[in-house]
Amino acid sequence: MPNINNNIVISSRVRFARNLKERPLPGVAKKAVLIALMEEVKAAVMALPEMEAAFSKKLEDLTLLEKQILVERHLMSCEHAVKAAGSALVLNQEETLSVMINEEDHLRMQAILPGLQLQRVFEMMRAVDEQLEGKLDFAFHPTLGYLTACPTNVGTGMRASAMLHLPGLVISEQINKIINSVNKMGLAVRGLHGEGSDAKGNLFQISNQITLGEKEETILQRLSEVIEQILQHEQNARTVFLQQQPEILLDQVGRSYGILSHAYSITTKEALNLLSLLKLGVDLNLFPEHVRLPIDELFMETQPAHLQQGAQQPKMSAKDRDALRATLIRTKINAMPIPKLQAALEG
Amino acid sequence: MMFCNTCNKKEATVFLTQIVDGKMQKMNFCETCAQKKGINDPSGFALTELLLGLGLTQDVTATAELTCSVCELTQSQFKKTGRLGCSACYDLFIEELMPMLRNMHPSLVHVGKAPRHFAQEQKEKESIQLLQKQLQKAIAEEHYENAAELRDKILALQDVASTTPSVAHSRDREVQNIFPFEATTDGNDAKLI
Repeated sequence: MPNINNNIVISSRVRFARNLKERPLPGVAKKAVLIALMEEVKAAVMALPEMEAAFSKKLEDLTLLEKQILVERHLMSCEHAVKAAGSALVLNQEETLSVMINEEDHLRMQAILPGLQLQRVFEMMRAVDEQLEGKLDFAFHPTLGYLTACPTNVGTGMRASAMLHLPGLVISEQINKIINSVNKMGLAVRGLHGEGSDAKGNLFQISNQITLGEKEETILQRLSEVIEQILQHEQNARTVFLQQQPEILLDQVGRSYGILSHAYSITTKEALNLLSLLKLGVDLNLFPEHVRLPIDELFMETQPAHLQQGAQQPKMSAKDRDALRATLIRTKINAMPIPKLQAALEG
Repeated sequence: MMFCNTCNKKEATVFLTQIVDGKMQKMNFCETCAQKKGINDPSGFALTELLLGLGLTQDVTATAELTCSVCELTQSQFKKTGRLGCSACYDLFIEELMPMLRNMHPSLVHVGKAPRHFAQEQKEKESIQLLQKQLQKAIAEEHYENAAELRDKILALQDVASTTPSVAHSRDREVQNIFPFEATTDGNDAKLI
């Protein structure tokens, strides 16, 4: 049984791409057609029991800040956020199920849960898919499977992924070796915000690339096995450091604590990178367990749109945000006990 | 070796196809002459074409361009973006798609989940095929009573499948072709022809 609550796997996600048979895809559809399609799909999605009291908004009705918050929470893609009339988002109350309507495909639906729970998110997605196929006529080819706008998604239309926190592999400089071997398994490694984003905060997203010629279960199985192996390597890297060079880890955690508790201006990237090392400090018992939640919360709260939302300021300069971010972090960190670094070195 | 139309000395490496007043003109240039004439890339170079291995030298202007009747996506639009315009495009551009899919995936046959109604139809299709085989055997062995029973079973299955008319029609034809009986409309047993 995989450890659902392990602190290395942040979240598990599965998304299905689906399209309506012989209807123009969002990339080519004219505005009126797109709007009609959106209304049709939205009605079917909203009727799902899973979507009771769901958040449902047309893209043109979302403010820039709301869109950014949704992107930061991985509930909407950057590609979807730039769409205008004719696209929509439906999100359940728990924020575990989201359906992007008229992104690249007519439907991009995803389930997301904390920890390593790939099988469960897949089951959530399958339940939604099976209910929707009774209402919407999905494009399905007898040999090519589910048809998608981009041929890289054809077949299952499924992308399964997990977000991993791997500071041990980064500090021990083993991460590139791991990424290379993962790539050879037909899996992709990306940064925090998916395609094209860099790995801030030692966070890496591992996902399948193959969608045709393999069953969903086979894809999930391979992904889970690879994740289990990465977890093992990350844990090994931490153990080896603690046994052989504890001062390297303690130095990283201590410096991060020092900067975060005294900074008056800090960028998102620097904050994430340093928070990652504090998180590592909690994993290594250098902080009491009760500070885990406030540190984890800071990962999200310090993102630009979340910060502005918290301050109730729809517009803010980057400089002001950096100052606000530093204040928020300082306040929270200074309320925490000082890490027991010296004791760890002697112990 | 094809020579440059301008200098007639060097090998032609740049090929230009132009449509002027509805007439197609083809010109071949060596690299030097092409540069002199300022021909850099008349076909509108697209990165996806190169990446997807579709080949830049393919002449799409020579014949009437393939265009999807459902979404109006043209072949050159597809080649430029690498995206399909609707589900019907998959059948239309299947030739270009196959090499792309071969590069991306280990197999070209979907083995994962399918919509329930499709799986159901598939099952019915397989049952009908099995019954048709048995029917042919029964006819060959002159077991006509057995054959009539099998025929009724096939027709009953087709009735179920008639919710998707286009599929049911093609199945009707399949059955009739192998059927040495006269179809009766009054529900009585079929007569041998």
